[in-house]
Amino acid sequence: MSLKNGFVIVSSAVLLIAAVWSTSVPAAGNAIQGLLMMGEVSAANTFNLNLKKPKNPNAPPWEDGIHDTTNEATFNLQPPLEAYEGLPRTSFGNHVDWVKALDEGLIKPRWDLLDSNAEPFVMDLDIVRPVKASVPDVVFPHRQHTEWLLCSNCHPAIFIPQKGANQINMSAILLGQKCGVCHGKVAFPIETKTCKKCHSKPKPADWQPPLSEATLKNPWK
Amino acid sequence: MALKIKHRGAWKPFVLGAFAVLLFAGVAQPSKAEYGDVVINNYSDAAGMRPAVFPHWFHRIRFRCKVCHADLGFKFKAGGNQITMAKIIDGKFCGACHNGEVAWSVENCAMCHSGIPGTPTHFHGSTLQRLVAPAYKPLPAKKTADNK
Repeated sequence: MSLKNGFVIVSSAVLLIAAVWSTSVPAAGNAIQGLLMMGEVSAANTFNLNLKKPKNPNAPPWEDGIHDTTNEATFNLQPPLEAYEGLPRTSFGNHVDWVKALDEGLIKPRWDLLDSNAEPFVMDLDIVRPVKASVPDVVFPHRQHTEWLLCSNCHPAIFIPQKGANQINMSAILLGQKCGVCHGKVAFPIETKTCKKCHSKPKPADWQPPLSEATLKNPWK
Repeated sequence: MALKIKHRGAWKPFVLGAFAVLLFAGVAQPSKAEYGDVVINNYSDAAGMRPAVFPHWFHRIRFRCKVCHADLGFKFKAGGNQITMAKIIDGKFCGACHNGEVAWSVENCAMCHSGIPGTPTHFHGSTLQRLVAPAYKPLPAKKTADNK
């Protein structure tokens, strides 16, 4: 009963506000009606919201849905936002630009367990990977990766260090192979917003998508 | 009264819209945990302990990936390291730091073992999880002989 009452109260309140606004501002009235009319559109036409934006990014441990709130120590854990103060923000993953934070010296993660003066061996080498499809080609920057990792973390188990030896596709990455060993889990996630972080080299102006075999062999052409 | 006449029949979309707003607010609750958090529940549940939650974000502020994933031998796989308390006490895996010297020691059980019981081993908020699997919801409490 209380749920039903709540529905009635809230919906009548929304109605009242919308009605008052729509009479006072005709243009706004039309806009609201247009917006609300979307409720009558077939459900088949609604947008796929699988990857919707989290409502409460960087939630403290006691609100994040995986920590047990009956555990007293959960409340002693540091909330992420406290640690992220002053770090450059992004709109995906941890909502922190870790590479920028490291480059600007805002975080100083150790390269060695005990020696705080140890420095990484940074290799500045960009690998361009042509992409068959029409999306921009991939540029893999070794510099950002060698700031965090050792060569042996990726070579040769994940990537064979040889040109043309690694077949990579987005399905494999999403399933946790190749780049997906880190990206999509810990390093930046695989979302529409992050496509261009890898696919960053535009195709040449005269580039044409390759014709499919079915087109080339089409007997009715 | 003028208001009522002008908008006769216009109430339908308003009601629908109000319901749509309520529906979205009430039903669609995406996962909220910090990106990159790993729940490790290889042996915890069976041992009557809460699963361990590893916050990647906290550790990457202090150490580069290489320290754990090359020097300490952590594989790049959630739950793929078969970590046990015996190994930690011997100074392996977490125990390389969590020994009271680099970081706090293992007597703070509940700092790591802080996950909701029954949570499976997984990468929280991973792209794959968000694409194919529903956000984890804790299972309802098991019916025991007492509360049946």
